[in-house]
Amino acid sequence: MQKMKRNIFIPLALCILAAACSKKLDRIPTNDVTASEVYSTSLGFTQAMAKVYASFANTGNVGGTGSADIPTQIIADEGNSDFLRLYFNLQELTTDEGAWTWQNDAGIQGLHEMSWSSVNPIVDGLYYRSFFQISLCNDFITHATDAAIAKFGSSADTIRHYRAEARFLRAYQYWVLMDLFGNPPFVTEKDAIGTFIPKQISRADLFKYVESELKAAADSGLAAPRQNLYGRADQAAAWALLARLYLNAHVYTGTDRYSDAITYCNKIIAAGYTLHPDYTELMLADNNLNTDENIFTIVYDGTFIQNYGGTTYLIHGPANIPGSITGCNGSWTGLRLTQQSITLFPDYSGNTDHRAQFWQTGQTLAMTDMYTATAGFSTFKFRNVTRTGAPAPDRDAAGNFSDIDFPLFRLGEIYLIYAESVLRGGTGGDATTAYNYINALGRRAHKDNTLTYITPSQLTTDFILDERGRELYYECSRRTDLIRYNKFTTSSYLWAWKGGVEAGTAVADKYNLFPIPSTDLSSNPNLKQNPGY
Amino acid sequence: MPDRTNAGRLGSLPCTQFKTTCIMQTRLLVRIPILLLFLSLTSVLSAQKRTITGKVTDTKDGSPLPGVSVQPKGNPRSGVVTGSDGSFSLSVDANTKILVFTFVGYGTIERPVTGAPMDIALTAGSSGLNEIVVIGYGTARKKDLTGSIATISEKEFQKGVITTPEQMIAGKVAGVSIISNSGQPGAGSTIRIRGGSSLNASNDPLIVIDGVPLDNEIPLGQKSAIAGASNPLSFINPNDIESFTVLKDASAAAIYGTRAANGVILITTKKGHSGGELKVNFASNNTVSNLIKQVAVLSPAQFRTVVNANGTAAQKAMLGGANTNWQDQVYRTGLGTTDNISLSGGIKNLPYRLSLGYQNQNGILKTDNLQKTSASLTLNPWLFDNHLKVDLKLQGSIENARFGNQAAIGGAVSFDPTQPVYTKSPRFGGYYEWLDPTSATGLTNLAGRNPLGLLEEHYDKSTPKRGIGNLQLDYKFHFLPDLHANLNTGFDLADGKGTTFIPDSAAESYLAGGTGGSNNKYRSTKTNTLFEFYLSYNKDLKAIKSHFDVLGGYSYNNYLTKIYNYANYYASGKMVPNSQPAFAFDKPEHTLISWFGRANYNFEDKYLLTGTIRYDGSSRFAPQNRWALFPSVAFAWKIKSEQFLQNTDVVSDLKLRLGYGLTGQQDGIGNYDYLSYYALSDSNAAYQFGNNYYQGYRPGGFYANRKWEQTATSNIGIDYGFLDNRITGAIDVYYKKTTNLLNNVPQPAGSNFSAYIVANVGDMNNKGVEFSINLQPIRTRDLTWDLGFNVTYNKNTITNLTVVPNDTSYVGFPSGTIAGGIGGQFAEINAVDGSKNTFYLYRQVYDVKGNPIEGVFQDKNGDGIINQKDLYKSKPADPKTFMGFTTNVNYRHWNAGFVLRASLGNYAYNNNWSQTGTLNQVLGSPVLYNASSNYLVTHFKGSNAQDLLSDYYISNASFLRMDNATVGYNFGAISHSRANLRVNAGVQNVFVITKYKGLDPEIAAGTGNTPGIDNNLYPRPRTYFLGLNLDF
Repeated sequence: MQKMKRNIFIPLALCILAAACSKKLDRIPTNDVTASEVYSTSLGFTQAMAKVYASFANTGNVGGTGSADIPTQIIADEGNSDFLRLYFNLQELTTDEGAWTWQNDAGIQGLHEMSWSSVNPIVDGLYYRSFFQISLCNDFITHATDAAIAKFGSSADTIRHYRAEARFLRAYQYWVLMDLFGNPPFVTEKDAIGTFIPKQISRADLFKYVESELKAAADSGLAAPRQNLYGRADQAAAWALLARLYLNAHVYTGTDRYSDAITYCNKIIAAGYTLHPDYTELMLADNNLNTDENIFTIVYDGTFIQNYGGTTYLIHGPANIPGSITGCNGSWTGLRLTQQSITLFPDYSGNTDHRAQFWQTGQTLAMTDMYTATAGFSTFKFRNVTRTGAPAPDRDAAGNFSDIDFPLFRLGEIYLIYAESVLRGGTGGDATTAYNYINALGRRAHKDNTLTYITPSQLTTDFILDERGRELYYECSRRTDLIRYNKFTTSSYLWAWKGGVEAGTAVADKYNLFPIPSTDLSSNPNLKQNPGY
Repeated sequence: MPDRTNAGRLGSLPCTQFKTTCIMQTRLLVRIPILLLFLSLTSVLSAQKRTITGKVTDTKDGSPLPGVSVQPKGNPRSGVVTGSDGSFSLSVDANTKILVFTFVGYGTIERPVTGAPMDIALTAGSSGLNEIVVIGYGTARKKDLTGSIATISEKEFQKGVITTPEQMIAGKVAGVSIISNSGQPGAGSTIRIRGGSSLNASNDPLIVIDGVPLDNEIPLGQKSAIAGASNPLSFINPNDIESFTVLKDASAAAIYGTRAANGVILITTKKGHSGGELKVNFASNNTVSNLIKQVAVLSPAQFRTVVNANGTAAQKAMLGGANTNWQDQVYRTGLGTTDNISLSGGIKNLPYRLSLGYQNQNGILKTDNLQKTSASLTLNPWLFDNHLKVDLKLQGSIENARFGNQAAIGGAVSFDPTQPVYTKSPRFGGYYEWLDPTSATGLTNLAGRNPLGLLEEHYDKSTPKRGIGNLQLDYKFHFLPDLHANLNTGFDLADGKGTTFIPDSAAESYLAGGTGGSNNKYRSTKTNTLFEFYLSYNKDLKAIKSHFDVLGGYSYNNYLTKIYNYANYYASGKMVPNSQPAFAFDKPEHTLISWFGRANYNFEDKYLLTGTIRYDGSSRFAPQNRWALFPSVAFAWKIKSEQFLQNTDVVSDLKLRLGYGLTGQQDGIGNYDYLSYYALSDSNAAYQFGNNYYQGYRPGGFYANRKWEQTATSNIGIDYGFLDNRITGAIDVYYKKTTNLLNNVPQPAGSNFSAYIVANVGDMNNKGVEFSINLQPIRTRDLTWDLGFNVTYNKNTITNLTVVPNDTSYVGFPSGTIAGGIGGQFAEINAVDGSKNTFYLYRQVYDVKGNPIEGVFQDKNGDGIINQKDLYKSKPADPKTFMGFTTNVNYRHWNAGFVLRASLGNYAYNNNWSQTGTLNQVLGSPVLYNASSNYLVTHFKGSNAQDLLSDYYISNASFLRMDNATVGYNFGAISHSRANLRVNAGVQNVFVITKYKGLDPEIAAGTGNTPGIDNNLYPRPRTYFLGLNLDF
């Protein structure tokens, strides 16, 4: 009988043991943490904010490539999925300032020809990259409520700044989407992640939203101009975007807002920015030192912030420039400019106007073929060396990654916005100041502080567009500028291979906007495609 | 006692009696020292009770039948197995009245003990209806099965070079499609039972080895389930496998609830036999593999013509003077050898089996090599008056692999054929490379590297190990023998580690000054544990002509992987600066907990009813969705047992089966992502605030409401046998409906942290018919001829997709990633009313000569724009019908056979044509690349972004393939009947008949492949083999 008892106990004990195991269904990751853990310390807030910014600069959670932010279904090659490379391709390759040699590369075909189809991984990539950053901003704002951060004492102020920066960055990305796609879907921190289908917002309504967000961020939370840590946005960044927004308001809303543009230019200029004395030092490995002119930059680093887009793309991309000049391991022989943008410089040798930093050896001036590496000059505006000409201090051994920071806003552009707004009838500024600003840009370019760059009568809106081509080429504003001047799709300005023919030809108006990605059209029934796609 | 016990046979007989044998045995003994150990163990055997001797022969020709199980009725565990001469000697209790003789394929007979030597004749093909088959948590007589279950035992296995177990049953089972993933040695296979019930969660069946469920899931971000191993099943030595049981329908599989939606494959390994004599089997197989076909590319002359006609001056200048066939350069004849030895027998109540295997296989891709050493030990003692049955099994294997760099496969197709293989310069290992004097390394940036250099200067070596073991205790209660308690504890441990070494001179990762190369480690381990317990009770109730058995139990499965992260190193061993990972390792883990039960009721041995239930919890779901119930019910009617069929010989078996059940699916989805988790970036993906760099926290995409994917299967089947079971087979009709399909689908932009999430998206069904027939048209003393044929028709239809609730305009989500062109494109769609992976392409427009016109497609909606609205749903990638045909002829000592497989209605997209068949392929990059010879047909420039989505590139890839053909000779008893020698030879992958023009029409959906997308497959070689099998 005792034996029998034992025989019953064994299975019984096993059953109890089994029941105890049911608790083991609560499994948690080893390294990854929950939102409540991330947002439980002030360092956690900083690291969450670091990712918000890093989604500008990196392609994933591993330097170079690896653990991509954007799934391979959207962009197969992670090296193409960072913000700047995508944005550059859409803003520059579609214009007189750029073509890429390798038409076998993803999404290149159709960009410079202005015949892109509704399926293009560069277009899709930028769209999903922008929304990725918007989602991170929303998440940060959701968690950084006053109530939640009150416990952090003195760090709470820092977190409040972060929160305002997140609002600024979100507004920036919405501005990008508004500019490129017109009417994107719209999501804010009020929409709980994973539970809703975003509605489409009209371009005009999005304009109002971006405007109000920028003002709100600038007025409550963003640091005073030039007072924040390097790499982070301050009030001047928000003002600069407001100025840009108002400059293009007519395109977005049909209403001119040039006076508002001037208002914000004045605020920035009053904050004490000055032109950096040497234009050729603007895009170097140590351009983080250019705090005189740079308002807000995307930060890259050959060791700590590595990816194959960003300024890495802008040192390798230009065709046939030896690595010894661009400070990297060699050219990808891709990017060239059309002769139309080169000849915006009366003397494109670089001997007088030092902004003309063109590689001519072995290249022809005329872009006789869109897909030939030697057809068209390339530019070494971006060089991964320091002001002294030394190699970038943080460069990687392979010479892949760039240290050059990319100014999203700098004073030079603000001068140009001011001048154009004045010329277009904006109030709050005056023609003499406008003239002086343009003259200052010209003097710096020519390294001649006494030069009369132009006469006051030469200062016209058309001059401004050309001057933007000289001052801001490769800084991702060309497409937006040509649209504002109604020269992007029309025959009023033709460049090599516009519309796919060598002499250039007008294309349909629909190309003023990019198509909403078909992937999103199929997953979001609230969306309507842009006309013509 | 006559000296016929095995104990003395090798150990005590003087050599003089068996001169010839002795020499051979001596050799073997030298070769296998471990044998000696067993000989000393076996010598302790002695018989004390009554001894029965006899001989078992084949009724066909009177030849002795070795391996027949002889057991006293009622005491099966004290049986023996006949020796190579068919004889047996069995020691039994004095009161033993009846002996039971069982042999696979020959059925079972019972004979009374008379005291005289028992000479028994067994008849082949008298069906395996009394065969005991393994089912989930127990065994059953084949004739009592109610579900759709197929068993394949050793003699039906595919022969030849089998490097991974599942290939042994390819083409053998209706409803089961097994496609090898590539021609790489040890590469895995894509197994689909009844088409697979999921979209892209997992469609792999659950594989259970002797009660231990295997974990074949590939951890997120990893290339294989076990680091450095091509395929987790390759660790199992095929020679150790006794049988496969495939549980196809839900009523059979539902006892495995959670993971049974794609069917279950139970693998049973060989065991020793109690009291049986020592049997030694030695098998050796030697192989030669060759590439059958190359990807068609431009010849050097054609290539020169194309470049000279279309290239720039600079490009023309790039042409070299050599004529190189790069595919010849990267492939070779692969030699391989496989040797196995097994020892089995029993010492009193301790049956044992030990097997050792060694395999060394060269891939046809140069440098590709797999060596595997495996060992397994099985002990199955009975203790406490046969009340406690113990099954202990340990098996382990160590692989030593060098993986050929598969980048060379695509490289060989596209590298410039006018360039030489080698240069005279010692630079870059002496391999020709594209050079650019302006780049820091001297190499052209973004140019493809020498394919042979990619192989020979790339050392990816790993030594993955795996150990699987379990201890199963089955206790028959002393006071109530009808009640059993069964405890099964098991483990599955794997440790895969390796190193990728690239010398600093190699172009693949060259740094200026030769300071690069790489020396990178990788490693992952698995620690999977199993604990199961059940009670079973069975009872005959003769009064009401009933038998019933019930079972109830609990199962705990834990799957723990540890993935090590390492910094990157140069070849010199110097660390790549700032490459330290954020975390030294990651340990993804998931757990399954289940309660299960089954009840069988048998009335009059005619009507069978089975019900099962499983209540499953998975750690992969949020607490509110964690648990789910998976019931099933099945009914079978043994019509043959009815009066009206009792006296006919024409119908020898007839059974109707009806079944219904629910099964679940939770593989192939993330472990934790019902919540958002934040991942810290590495320090080289940080961001700078002021003077500090901060690693960032990235929130992961998540899907809070994720539910179990569930499949409801209805099955109607008939098992039949005619003419004394010379004709047998089954017909099954099934309907599988999967709800809450789990799939990785795009999320509306801005609505989640990731643009793609694994979500429950809809419903799908599979309807199908399976038919199998086995014939024995000739059954004479000297000649037998067996034929087996099976055919499966499966139609898959997506019935509902709910990515966006109530969105009627939803077109579906893309699948089938294709390479090339603008990238990130998909050739297939999953859409309502279509089959999964249906091609979704533009309709190509052709000129009057029938050639495709580049960039001209049918404007389906007539809006003047060719956009995604003009894509149309074309053919599905998966076949609707597939078949297997097996035949074997035995004539005296000869046997010959072959296995054919056919697939009908599958379509393939020739990604090689579309990606490389253009002028842009040749001229559109910094260096010249070779093109597919399809360019000479289309003359496509490749400048239209939509070209890749032309339906010109899909074609019917139906095929008929002969998997193998073998011929064998059985020398029978040699060396005075001390041993039995068989020799066989054959060819694997004999031929393929297809209209498809690409390399191989059979495209597996396994790792790295997309169903129906043909792109740079590791070619499946043709393999010749010669095997030798020695039993003694």
